[in-house]
Amino acid sequence: MMKTARWMAGVTVAALMVAGAACGKKPPLEQPAPPPNAPSPPLVIARPPAPPEPIAEPAVATPAPVREDPIASASLDDLNRNSPLKPAFFDYDSSELNAEAQRALDENAAVLKRFASWTITVEGHCDERGTAEYNLALGERRAVAARTYLVSLGIPVDRLRVVSYGKEFPFDPGHTEAAFAKNRRAHFVITAK
Amino acid sequence: MFRTLTVTAMSGVLAVAVLGARRGAQQPPPASQPPPPGSQQPTDITTTITSEGGSIPRLAIPDFIAIGAEPDVVAAAKTLGQVLWDDLNFEHEFAFIPRDTYASIPRATSFADVPFNRWRELNADGLVVGTVQKTASGIRVEMRLYNSRTRQSAYGREYISTNPRLVAHTMADELHASQRALRGVARTKLTFDSDRDGERMSGTVEKRDNKEVYISDYDGENQTRVTVGRTLNIFPRWSPDGRSIAYTSYRRGGANIFISNIYQATLDEVTKGPDESWLAAWSPDGGRLCFASSREGNGNTNLFIVNRDGSGLRRLTNHPSINTSPTWSPSGTQIAFTSDRTGAPQIYVMSVDGLGQPQRITAGEGYADKPTWSPAPYNEIAYTARAGVNDIKVIDMATREVRQLTFGEGNNESAVFSPNGRHLAFTSTRTGKKQIFTIARTGKDVKQITRSGNNEHPDWSRGPQ
Repeated sequence: MMKTARWMAGVTVAALMVAGAACGKKPPLEQPAPPPNAPSPPLVIARPPAPPEPIAEPAVATPAPVREDPIASASLDDLNRNSPLKPAFFDYDSSELNAEAQRALDENAAVLKRFASWTITVEGHCDERGTAEYNLALGERRAVAARTYLVSLGIPVDRLRVVSYGKEFPFDPGHTEAAFAKNRRAHFVITAK
Repeated sequence: MFRTLTVTAMSGVLAVAVLGARRGAQQPPPASQPPPPGSQQPTDITTTITSEGGSIPRLAIPDFIAIGAEPDVVAAAKTLGQVLWDDLNFEHEFAFIPRDTYASIPRATSFADVPFNRWRELNADGLVVGTVQKTASGIRVEMRLYNSRTRQSAYGREYISTNPRLVAHTMADELHASQRALRGVARTKLTFDSDRDGERMSGTVEKRDNKEVYISDYDGENQTRVTVGRTLNIFPRWSPDGRSIAYTSYRRGGANIFISNIYQATLDEVTKGPDESWLAAWSPDGGRLCFASSREGNGNTNLFIVNRDGSGLRRLTNHPSINTSPTWSPSGTQIAFTSDRTGAPQIYVMSVDGLGQPQRITAGEGYADKPTWSPAPYNEIAYTARAGVNDIKVIDMATREVRQLTFGEGNNESAVFSPNGRHLAFTSTRTGKKQIFTIARTGKDVKQITRSGNNEHPDWSRGPQ
């Protein structure tokens, strides 16, 4: 816009000078004495205006290739197969969150804040030692304890569905103390992203 | 309870029209038909075989007589004798002449040449003689119970069927009713859930097998799947009429109560959310279900009662603790359940109307769950007691005496009573995986029912009424 204006101004100046030259060719009706020390008309060299500077189109900035976020781009199944959400383990016949479980939930809360669109099912599980019937309710308590803690860290409750599986789905089918410890847990499944 | 079944007062002949039995889930129950014309020897008077010494009568049950040499008739004759023997032996209401002594006695070829004197030598009080022959549509079976002293027929029936096992079960129930005034269990049905199909549960990347509801005869025969869910369908409970099964299903994601009407192949949803409802128990009249739910989402579990069609929901317990595993008293006026309101889970009883305080009935247990109320005439509650492992115990509600039925052979839990109260079915890991077993209420006669996959959470019904 600025360049166009300057170019227009140049054209106007040139046109005025051509007009002035034409007038000067007419026979004068009287020859006035030239004014003393009349200043010479300013010498203007008429020449076409300089072409405008080529307008350089701003180069499209090709962004530096972004490294794909493996978490953001993974399918739900892949995410859950190698979940960024850690299980929270419980003591025998307990739904209290011990320090280790709280640490796991702290990390999970950070993940859930980073991926704020995810919705999660919090599964409650038990080892095989209690009864099948009571364990449904115990698993529920564990899942609710985990959910309550996540909510306290600012995760909206409507992103966290709770389901208890009692002792129906042990993660380790063994019958050892170590297997039992793995089976007493709140397990997190990403259901939407 | 132990009245003589009306069928024994009817004249003579009971014809049994039989389902094709292998797909019992789709079939109606056997229906009584009028006696066929020309049937012989109606028994208008039923007499009772007794033992001379006043102890239980001693029976001999030789193989049934095949009339004709067709292989299926010969096979039916063998099945009839064996299944009848097993059914009668299950209740211990008769003693038996050992089968290995039968070989010394000439085989009868009809009712006309029964060697009564030889059976008397073996000290038999009664003798079951039967014939089986082929008909256009199946088999015709005739059975007589003889008094081996008087050589009189004390009981006799004729059966028309395609299913020798069902004929034998019917005979056993009728002999128990007419001779021992006992309601037998030979035609009763079990239900349980099983992961035997090895199908992956949908919607999870974990390696999880689905669990589906199965039914079977009381002796484990004719195991038939009745749900198709690719999910968890667990804790099945027979309706009192034996035609429907209520169970806990995760097909909506969370747990809800569903009813499969297994002879109509229809499905009813009882709790349509909120999720987390488990362990339905039918009222004795079949009109209502009591179940446990943590629907408030605060981690507590409480009991609710709802009409069968899902209407009329009301809360039964309101306590900040776990209240679960309901079972109705036979009269339908009380509910026994598990609560951990004082710490560890214990068994309580409360009124169905919710009035008054629940009364704790387990005293010496560190952990007790899954009460199941016996049918009359017993007034007992069986439950799972945990002390290291889970074992089945029974408490007499009148005396509060406790007896233990299992003793640490694997994990034993989820007991239910047979419809006559004389047996229980339960889950045990004593042979490795979880399997269904039956046991007498005395703790004797442990019998394995299932063998394929894991099988759990049994319930026991009189069969379709």
